[in-house]
Amino acid sequence: MTGRDAWIRRAGVSAQVQVAADGAVLLAGERIPEQDVLWQVPPHGMVIGVALNLRAQLQRLDAQFHAQPYINPPQTPVLFIKPENTLNAHRAPVPMPPDASVIQPGAALGVIIGRRARRVPAGDAMSFIKGYTLCNDFSLPETGYFRPPVRSKCFDGSGCLGPVRVAAALLPQPHALELRTFVNGALRQRVSLTDLAWGIPALMEFITGFMTLNEDDIFFTGLPDERVDVGPGDEVTVEAEGLGRLCNRVIAAGVP
Amino acid sequence: MRHARIRAAGEDIDVVVETPDRLRTADGRVLNANDVQWLPPRHGTIFALGLNYADHAAELSFKAPEEPLIFIKAPSSLIGHKQNSVRPANVEYMHYEAELVAVIGRAARHVGRDQAMQYIRGYTVCNDYAVRDYLENYYRPNLRVKSRDTLTPLGPWVMDAEEVPDPHNLAVRTRVNGGLRQEGNTRDMIFTIPVLVEYLSRFLTLQPGDMISTGTPKGLSDVRPGDVVEVEVEGVGVLENRIISES
Repeated sequence: MTGRDAWIRRAGVSAQVQVAADGAVLLAGERIPEQDVLWQVPPHGMVIGVALNLRAQLQRLDAQFHAQPYINPPQTPVLFIKPENTLNAHRAPVPMPPDASVIQPGAALGVIIGRRARRVPAGDAMSFIKGYTLCNDFSLPETGYFRPPVRSKCFDGSGCLGPVRVAAALLPQPHALELRTFVNGALRQRVSLTDLAWGIPALMEFITGFMTLNEDDIFFTGLPDERVDVGPGDEVTVEAEGLGRLCNRVIAAGVP
Repeated sequence: MRHARIRAAGEDIDVVVETPDRLRTADGRVLNANDVQWLPPRHGTIFALGLNYADHAAELSFKAPEEPLIFIKAPSSLIGHKQNSVRPANVEYMHYEAELVAVIGRAARHVGRDQAMQYIRGYTVCNDYAVRDYLENYYRPNLRVKSRDTLTPLGPWVMDAEEVPDPHNLAVRTRVNGGLRQEGNTRDMIFTIPVLVEYLSRFLTLQPGDMISTGTPKGLSDVRPGDVVEVEVEGVGVLENRIISES
């Protein structure tokens, strides 16, 4: 089996491995249960999130988006950057900021760029994609969308990526995916990527129209509309067919 | 000392800037600045401030914010000193923003404002261009306004913090083709550097090399292809670049 890559550490050694459909790690002919390795964030450059990208969500917010301070609904994709301090691996804890009473998971599909992409027309976009991974973009509850979401989305460890990078060839229909979010094993949310307002090719065309994307840069989309509240002790799992399960437990952040 | 990063003969090198023309490599070679390409200084995440000078906020008809307005810059938008910035075709208003940038020296988490300045390694200068035509009211200023390729000149160098004894009393200026267009002083920042370090480090860990670009004073104006734009922070440096057209 190839094309389902992951990056792990085991016994102090880093390795790039293949991952079986059940999540087990295949290393040197051995099957290792996924709990027995330390998962790493897949190779990445810049990581960009796409917000407000579900048709149903835009419809629900339409009246609000015609009023102050927005005046008009978004005319272009709404993007935000996840800086390095936020990036977090499969099975790593997500520390809830001390001044938050809840945080909210955000399942999304991570699209991984395969080569330098600049001014790529939508029709060519898919050839610039190397693979996909799951994303769980934790956020403080957002009270509005007018200002950049640095406090709500840039706390340490809020951007979970992984566990596997699935080669694009193994996932020919990314828009057919359904993302499911489980909290402590119970299904709490489903998002179908058929509902994306801006699909992957359109996002690629828009982003690369002003900004060069390089190999291993990632953008993610599919973030849910209504959010689920979670807190310390909750285990949150995001899954999608063929992409495995990205699992993280929320903990209380240390207070000095 | 001033620390820069340059490209010479296809190689990216860290240098010490002895004079603006004379650069010294770690192994003692001396290079003439005219023979090299300036790169943006080494960096991690770049946090940038919006509306952090009251006069500038008023200029844009905003009241000064009660909480810092911070956005993140895409690294792909950065260029070094004396490089070209591409003004997109068919836009009405693209303006410079001269800014003092504080460079983090060591990991900072839950750092109070009284200790914050110990975490600053040095200072550099940013010209945080904005293309106002692309503003929308979602996560404003959005990436298309603030993270377009080539529209974030940074540098020319990082000046060690000990050589900038009072970063909150420095003139900030922009000259276009030699004519003064923007002038302010870092004493007029709404949220000062220690307050920003305290604010950010409450929810994230600032890492060595991360930068905080502290916002711009009043005095914005449009710049056009052919313009030579110099942004200066007194005692830190003068960062120059040229606007070119897309074609």
